[in-house]
Amino acid sequence: MEQENTTRLFTFIIYSENVPGLLSQITAAFTRRQVNIESLNVCASSTPGAHKYTITCFCDEPMAKMLVTQIEKRIDVLQAHYFSDDDIFINETCLLKVSTPIMLEKKEVSKVIRFHGAHVVEVNPTYAIVEKTGITDDILHLYESLSRLDCVLQFVRSGRIAITKSFTEHLDEYLAEREKRRYEK
Amino acid sequence: MEKITGAEAMMRALVHEGVDVLFGYPGGAIMPTYDALYDYTDKLHHVFVRHEQGAVHAAQGYARVSGKVGCVIVTSGPGATNTVTGIADAMADSTPLVVICGQVGVSMLGTDAFQEVDVVGVTSPVTKWSYQIRRAEDVAWAVSRAFYIARSGRPGPVVLDFAKNAQTGLVDFEPKTVDFIRSYEPYPQIDCGDVKKAAGMINDSVKPFALIGQGVELGNASKEVKEFLEKAQIPFGTTMLGLSALPTEHPLNMGMLGMHGNLGPNVMTNQCDLLIAIGMRFDDRVTGNLNTYAKQAKIIHFDIDAAEFNKNVTVDLAVHGDCKDTIPAVTEYLDDAKRDSWIASFKPYEEKEYNKVIKKAVEPADGPLLMGEVVRKVSELSNNEAVLVTDVGQNQLFGCRYFKYTRPRSVVTSGGIGTMGFGLPAAIGATFGAPERTVCVFCGDGGLQMTMQELGTIMEENAPVKIILLNNNFLGNVRQWQAMFFDHRYSFTKMVNPDYELIAKAYNIPARTVIERKDLDEAIRDMLGTPGPYLLQCAVMEEDNVLPMTPPGADVDKMLLEI
Repeated sequence: MEQENTTRLFTFIIYSENVPGLLSQITAAFTRRQVNIESLNVCASSTPGAHKYTITCFCDEPMAKMLVTQIEKRIDVLQAHYFSDDDIFINETCLLKVSTPIMLEKKEVSKVIRFHGAHVVEVNPTYAIVEKTGITDDILHLYESLSRLDCVLQFVRSGRIAITKSFTEHLDEYLAEREKRRYEK
Repeated sequence: MEKITGAEAMMRALVHEGVDVLFGYPGGAIMPTYDALYDYTDKLHHVFVRHEQGAVHAAQGYARVSGKVGCVIVTSGPGATNTVTGIADAMADSTPLVVICGQVGVSMLGTDAFQEVDVVGVTSPVTKWSYQIRRAEDVAWAVSRAFYIARSGRPGPVVLDFAKNAQTGLVDFEPKTVDFIRSYEPYPQIDCGDVKKAAGMINDSVKPFALIGQGVELGNASKEVKEFLEKAQIPFGTTMLGLSALPTEHPLNMGMLGMHGNLGPNVMTNQCDLLIAIGMRFDDRVTGNLNTYAKQAKIIHFDIDAAEFNKNVTVDLAVHGDCKDTIPAVTEYLDDAKRDSWIASFKPYEEKEYNKVIKKAVEPADGPLLMGEVVRKVSELSNNEAVLVTDVGQNQLFGCRYFKYTRPRSVVTSGGIGTMGFGLPAAIGATFGAPERTVCVFCGDGGLQMTMQELGTIMEENAPVKIILLNNNFLGNVRQWQAMFFDHRYSFTKMVNPDYELIAKAYNIPARTVIERKDLDEAIRDMLGTPGPYLLQCAVMEEDNVLPMTPPGADVDKMLLEI
């Protein structure tokens, strides 16, 4: 198949029934095609009984299309879609453990935290916990800025979560349609 | 309500699903279920195979010829892992199976208990659905869901991992019928716009060519597809698994597609102006080099599995749905057409292939016995009505090329993953799936020895399998590739063979060996006329080659007629 040479970051939003073992089936669709998952977030969705997976990876669009069809093929997957960053609202959260003595010694640390709109959520004599919610670039910028000040003891990111910009919820429409067809049978 | 064990609930659920034959092998973790089976032998005929891989291949053979779901029952651990090759084979070839594996009790799960394997984890990538039954209460639902998934939409294998406590636990059993899963849409609604577009493209085409796959048989749509092709006068080729979807002698049937298919359909794939793929998946063995595949043509793809669209070949129009529905819907909008010159343009290729390849293969004047002539003779002497089962290798390629088909569901071969050892057990299953038909299996000396233990099953069941052993003392297909691509370096393909007649006799199976051409007809008649099983060993030319051939990765229309 002819494929574009351009790879870019796609966000996959997948809804499934809440059954054990499905995560490995979904990730296998990526690994089988040598596509590395950049971030993965799984939790219950707003639709009762349905779980939501938010997965990001770099690939080209034909590959993204193929991945969603392969994922949707799994019996307990309700829906799978892929999105460019323009199509969705994106967010992720990070936590940084920052050395309290260094923070007190270097005024720059507090400035950087304020500049990035991050919050200090815990302080003790040894460390402070800084939380930042935003897009990936802002989070990485905060981390890099604090790293340059040698104060970061630990750093963790939640991985991306996303909501589509469409006016209706695809999943609810899909489920309503499925229920309708069930009773038409 | 009287409480019964989960094991007995399994028996009742299987009966409720219409199962009448099981292929299986008992063991520790499935013993409660086998104990329940002991009281259900009047309803469930259990075929006691000699190895679990044989059970799955037998169930595949059963399913392929009958259109029903093949059912397997094995124990945990090695019993379950021995089924994996067959399950993967069934997944690739869209064969409906339900494989029930014993499993240790829930309290032992994850403790590396004796004969414990993570069966759901191992089988998930090669099944349509894999589920662990942990409670007796779930048996009725899980079995019904398993059969629904296995047989509906694009069929495939399902595994039920049956924990021991679920087998022994007590339950108020009531059969269930699952016919709706909200996350699973086996029969998508037809898009009328796509149907009209497809018809328009066909009506506008001057040189349409259709590719017929197994999906046509799986959808029981041979009649509908035949009407479609005849109305618009569309010549067609078939994939290996789609060979018997339409009769070999149909005037529009131009032969088999792919690496060892016929010259005409492969060449014309790259000359047609419209390629119409129905129930096939553009396997690399069919397409050859994708960069040059049908680039001149528009392509329409009819399939029930949306994941097949644009997977290997980018298409101009994908028509999603069951071909039993989509094809007649398109036929309605088709103009009656006459395409005599286009159809006639296949003829020179047919003649060229006949003169350069086929004549030599099926009508040799002298020299050693050839696989092609044996296959053609068996086909003819069974009135071209037998079920062809093959193993994998040259026996398969010669078998599929030179057997003739007059009825649907007449080809049982391992196409997608090419499992050597498939043939003999699959043929056993086919005799149960189509008891009124003659079942002929062509094996090589390599593949036969991979599952030869199933001669024991044949003996025990007196299964009327006609085994034609094409013995060339080589792994013939690998040897052919070594000759063509590895400078004739025959690395571990020459094989020292046992006395197969003696082996057959040990299993009380009549056997005979043919060495000379003059004895062939009479030996085949003897085989076909002997009730029950028979092993006919044919001492065929050692270094025969399957031709024509599109070398791997080469352009589909660049077939070699000689090497």
